Amino acid sequence: MSTPMVGWKDLPMAAVPFLSAKEYPTGEWAVFQPKIDESKCVKCGLCWMYCPDSVYRWDGEGVPVPDLDHCKGCGICAVECPTKAIEMVRI
Amino acid sequence: MVAKAVWRPDIKELARIEGQKRPVESGHRLCAGCGAGIIIRQIAMAARKPLVWINATGCVEVATTIFPYTSWNVPWAHNAFENAAAVGSGVEAARKKLARVNRFEGDPDIELDYDVIVLGGDGGTYDIGLQAISGAFERRHKIMYVLYDNEAYMNTGIQRSGGTPFGARTTTTPVGKVIKGKPLFKKPIMDIMVAHGIPYAATVSPAYWNDALVKFRRGFETEGPVFIHAFSTCPLGWGSAPEDTVKIMKLAVETCVFPLYEVVDGEYRLTGPSVSIAKNPDRKKPVEEYLKLQGRFRHMFKPENKWMIEKFQEWVDRQWETLLKRAGY
Repeated sequence: MSTPMVGWKDLPMAAVPFLSAKEYPTGEWAVFQPKIDESKCVKCGLCWMYCPDSVYRWDGEGVPVPDLDHCKGCGICAVECPTKAIEMVRI
Repeated sequence: MVAKAVWRPDIKELARIEGQKRPVESGHRLCAGCGAGIIIRQIAMAARKPLVWINATGCVEVATTIFPYTSWNVPWAHNAFENAAAVGSGVEAARKKLARVNRFEGDPDIELDYDVIVLGGDGGTYDIGLQAISGAFERRHKIMYVLYDNEAYMNTGIQRSGGTPFGARTTTTPVGKVIKGKPLFKKPIMDIMVAHGIPYAATVSPAYWNDALVKFRRGFETEGPVFIHAFSTCPLGWGSAPEDTVKIMKLAVETCVFPLYEVVDGEYRLTGPSVSIAKNPDRKKPVEEYLKLQGRFRHMFKPENKWMIEKFQEWVDRQWETLLKRAGY
């Protein structure tokens, strides 16, 4: 006989997603992705604040670094950057 | 009761904390340029205690937990449109009961000191979930209900909701010979919620992040039900460019389509840029600047539909005048 089926009492109460979304590369959606000119960056952190995808990694000190595996290329950071240090380049 | 000391968010400190905790992980499948993605991050940034996150059906729920992936590093539950506020009430009531009977006293794995946040879209708040919210507010549960208002049922295909503004094109209010977009105005959701006599209610635009974070934190600190109306641009449904998301959020405040204010125990107070517009009425921009960036209002710019812009402007002016009177200007 095959292995016994799992009874309903052994199942979780609801569907439980078990993988972190960071394993899903939404960066594949992007046509344009940000490139930061480090000499123009004033480290205000607005790109980090306005990113809908929590893509920017910023320790509060240096230049924010975008995680291009997850950047969907919306371009909010390039529009909101006060010194226009961010350029959207075609990938 | 509302706490008196005002928290001042420090962007560098917030960035360090978010880098360590990552409450909302990258890789969710909200559209590029979605405003709701900014709102959920800002709520998590403003948290002072661990969060329990209750999410009504909507874009955020659909896009962040596509099986088997989840973006959440906070305890999170999905429920139907109708009962999000009811589930939030239940979580809060259970916490009180467990704390009272000392059920988990001394258990290092169980933390009972947390804040309950309920997040719903405009469909789940204006239309379907209204009675559960009304009940939760009447029972005075200590929950924070955040409405992210993208002004239609976006995840099912841009159907009109009670939050859709006048003249907006949706798939159920198309632009044609008989009607030109939605013929009716937005439901005054803030007035409805304030009428429940809740201790704190506020409108929030994520573009003004400092103002938004202070209001979210104040919502967490308030003992009692809190309602927060957050404005969320939807590039897909509004026909706007994804990079203009934050620009549109700013213009909505500057044209007074979505003024920023808070209501503390029934007293209205303007905040952020709305204060300077109230003091200098010249700074109020015409609504065209807000409308022209969005494809859903494109038909209003045809010469024969000019009356629609005038009607929209008249509605905005009337709402703004009412708000100014309430805030004592």
